[in-house]
Amino acid sequence: MSTVRLREVAQVIRSKNAGPYELTLDVMFPTEQLYARIRDAGVFSARAMAALYRVPEASILKVVHYDPARAVKVTMVRPLVSGAVGETDVYGAQQHAPLLDLEIPAALVAGEGRGR
Amino acid sequence: MGERAAMKVLSPTAILGYGFPAASFERGLSLRPDVIAVDAGSTDPGPHYLGAGKSFTSRKAVKRDLAHMLRAGRALGIPVLVGSAGGAGAAPHLAWSEEIVLEIAREEGLRFRMAVIPADVPAARVVEGLRRGRVTPMACAPPLTEADVTGSAHLVAQMGHEPILEALAGGAEVVLCGRAYDPAPFAAPALRAGFDPGLALHMGKILECAAIAATPGSGSDCVLATLREDCFELQALSDVRRFTALSAAAHSLYEKSDPYELPGPGGTLDLRATRYQELPGGRVRVSGTRLAPTPYAVKLEGARRIGCRAISIAGVRDPILIGQVEQVLETVRAQVVESTGTSARVLFHVYGKNGVMGPLEPRQEPAHELGIVIEAVHPEQAEADTVCSLVRSTLLHFGYPGRISTAGNLALLYSPSDISCGEVYEFSVYHLLRVDDPVELFPVRYLEVGR
Repeated sequence: MSTVRLREVAQVIRSKNAGPYELTLDVMFPTEQLYARIRDAGVFSARAMAALYRVPEASILKVVHYDPARAVKVTMVRPLVSGAVGETDVYGAQQHAPLLDLEIPAALVAGEGRGR
Repeated sequence: MGERAAMKVLSPTAILGYGFPAASFERGLSLRPDVIAVDAGSTDPGPHYLGAGKSFTSRKAVKRDLAHMLRAGRALGIPVLVGSAGGAGAAPHLAWSEEIVLEIAREEGLRFRMAVIPADVPAARVVEGLRRGRVTPMACAPPLTEADVTGSAHLVAQMGHEPILEALAGGAEVVLCGRAYDPAPFAAPALRAGFDPGLALHMGKILECAAIAATPGSGSDCVLATLREDCFELQALSDVRRFTALSAAAHSLYEKSDPYELPGPGGTLDLRATRYQELPGGRVRVSGTRLAPTPYAVKLEGARRIGCRAISIAGVRDPILIGQVEQVLETVRAQVVESTGTSARVLFHVYGKNGVMGPLEPRQEPAHELGIVIEAVHPEQAEADTVCSLVRSTLLHFGYPGRISTAGNLALLYSPSDISCGEVYEFSVYHLLRVDDPVELFPVRYLEVGR
């Protein structure tokens, strides 16, 4: 199956704290059509996100598709609480990188070209 | 109440002290706002600021922003509200902010009635709540223990809009709040005037981040919202940015775990039926948001001191060392701990390997050069310093297998190579406390400033 990387089709891919105990990932798409196809194909399942971040599926707290912003939100447990000794990203702002390389079936993005 | 057709709220900046262009602020004032409000707080900068009683913004920057707001508030005769003063909103943060306000008033000859609303919660009050089963953890926080409560250096609760309503009813022209639910200071005047709470609080949710919800987003530019009976309208105040339906809708994703349900004290904002309609002039009309009442609970935040930190920063460029860096660091750590018998925690942050993502890092191959932060944490600063220094010197001269670079293993960044970082705190409380009365924890104090 031919694939493209998420960074080639998404408009925004980001991470941030949702409070000190949770990490939230947002992906926004440039068109309604692409967003709807990706939503309906279940690309962002809890299982897929757990595999991507190599955490137990129970660590993925929520996957919400948010139509008004053509966005998917994935909220997960922080491995360490923000600012705890040994923790490495106080704002949680650089935990999105694995998503950049998430492989998306090319069939879903047919006709979309580069998403910008 | 409810006679007013519209209420205009000016939000100058995302965090008090982040600054804003004077031209944007002036344009906002020319539109005759009814209220100027700003949020000063966040837990994002981490537990240190709450625990140590310090602000994460600079005094000079806060004073500059506040001076603009207070002058404008007095000139137009409209209230000025500040939420989560000093960042973490505990007693030292509130005192710091109050002193800045008084200094500005003195220098500018301003006169006003000010309400100061502390948000500190006595440990005994939380322990009592705990014993009565009225404390629940926020998502992912562990169950609270009495030791967590009594060991906290500072303990605050996020006030809802109710204590602010009390202050406004008491004639306050300036309201300085300790830790507050971010939207509360923006929504309180509108709630006092009888506007719909769902819309008022959703408006506050967006205004507390000012132009972050516009496009291009900015944490240091002004926004004006006009609240009406059945909607509110957002407008940017600089020509370089505007609101779009998408930018306004996308904001409910920001730093939230769920964009459809935004919980707060006494109610959850339900955004399932929210509509975003673009208007001429880069404005957006928002409608349909509802407030679903919930049993009244305030969010508690606490931080405790866990010791002092020392660090040393160094680079490694030798591929023979890079290939076995983890084993080398573990051996050095074990050697220092064994030789000193220290109880200090020794950590290594290896940039170029997994320094950013730690256990979440999917890539295992290291870069061609690594940055290593050596860290020691111990209740006593002197011991943290000693251990950090020993780890640095041991690692510098450690004879690892296959070593051919026998003069030293580290490119030390600085002289002095070691840095004493001072006190380290961690979040100890992040829980909800059920209360019977929304104002019971937040006593309002009034001052006649300049009179």
